[in-house]
Amino acid sequence: MISRRRVITTGLTAVAGASGLAVAARLAARYGLVPPDHGGLYGAGETLTYAAHRLLTLHQPLAREFDRSQISKVAPVNGDPPQSDEYQKLLRGQFADWRLQIDGMVARPSSFSLSDLKRMPMRSHITHQACEEGWSFIAEWTGVQLSEVLARAGLSPRAKFVVFYPFDDFWDSLDLADALHPQTLLAYGMNGGELAAGHGAPVRLRVTRQLGYKSVKYLSRMTAVESLATVGDGLGSGAPSVGYSWYAGI
Amino acid sequence: MRVLEPHSALVRATHWVNAAAFAALLVSGVAILLAHPRLYWGEAGAIGAPSLIDLPLPMLLTGQSGWGRSLHFLSAWVCVIAGATYLLSGLRSGHFRYRGYDPAQRLAYFVVVIVLVPAMIWTGLAMSPAMTSVAPFLVAVVGGQQSARTVHFFVASALVLFLAGHVTMVALSGFRVRMRGMITGQRAVTGGRA
Repeated sequence: MISRRRVITTGLTAVAGASGLAVAARLAARYGLVPPDHGGLYGAGETLTYAAHRLLTLHQPLAREFDRSQISKVAPVNGDPPQSDEYQKLLRGQFADWRLQIDGMVARPSSFSLSDLKRMPMRSHITHQACEEGWSFIAEWTGVQLSEVLARAGLSPRAKFVVFYPFDDFWDSLDLADALHPQTLLAYGMNGGELAAGHGAPVRLRVTRQLGYKSVKYLSRMTAVESLATVGDGLGSGAPSVGYSWYAGI
Repeated sequence: MRVLEPHSALVRATHWVNAAAFAALLVSGVAILLAHPRLYWGEAGAIGAPSLIDLPLPMLLTGQSGWGRSLHFLSAWVCVIAGATYLLSGLRSGHFRYRGYDPAQRLAYFVVVIVLVPAMIWTGLAMSPAMTSVAPFLVAVVGGQQSARTVHFFVASALVLFLAGHVTMVALSGFRVRMRGMITGQRAVTGGRA
């Protein structure tokens, strides 16, 4: 028997629930807790994970760091370096003519050579990197903090994401929480040597709190934006088009 | 022959939501595993490094790990929310003093709810570089990220064994009556156990 009171209570609960969800959605969007690939079948899961991680890491904790003795003897490489003439020519010239371009919402659009980057304060960390496939390795990475380079270019306070374009098709983007994180490097060295071609020479991104595919290799250009909606297909990276999530903090 | 107390609507609803979420977690978990069906111990492991076990499964790099992860985390959220609802309401209503089960059955359910499911969540979180930056002890107590992945696999296998036993018991003790009981909440009269 369904009483009138029950119908009214259920109705009120449903209305309260729906408005609560609407308020939560608006707050989440306001505080940058919604990933660009929030739509579709898996969007709710992507959003819950991203929002939960962002709230739990508001204090920007560091990913775990290791001793030199823990560096993996094997550091496999996925995929080959870009075969384009442009990249191959730079590789043959040991990247003397390579420049990293920075544009978009920055006060001083600029470009940096490899030696420009090497003259900036150097940072190293020994961290664990997991491939989305399941394997992983520990390595020492050396480079300049991405936050340092963004500061030199004069990152606009309105910018919310940084988009990274490599010499291959695996472009990607980071929110400012990861872009400005102290461990996020533009890495030019690995395990005490130069970065090998297969590991992303001359410079790759190293993002310590996400899966390996977010650490974009073979960097060519980066651009600061306020929204990812108009970049590419609006999903924040090339990853969702091959079925991978934009956020990979897991 | 005994008469079982009927299950509450909330117990029935969370049971079926969790059943669906478990199926999705299992399918997506296998999809993820097939991208690299080798298990390691410690922090790191890759082709060329010594493995703990090479599972006799094909290595599939067809992109199924992408939707696998998305489905895995979506269903994990569903499972956690439905599971928490079940636990909290069960503690409030005294469901866990339910007298329809015998000791072996109670022990099995207790191990699943208190040991295996929490171990799945724990080792799942221990594989997340974002989560272990917040709470490094998650991975430290398991002995490394790859150890967490390996334990996750074995606990999942234990849950699949439980599921097989659970479904067998339901079948042996009167499939129709048991299913009707868990779907409609009708009082079940039965001679066996599930």
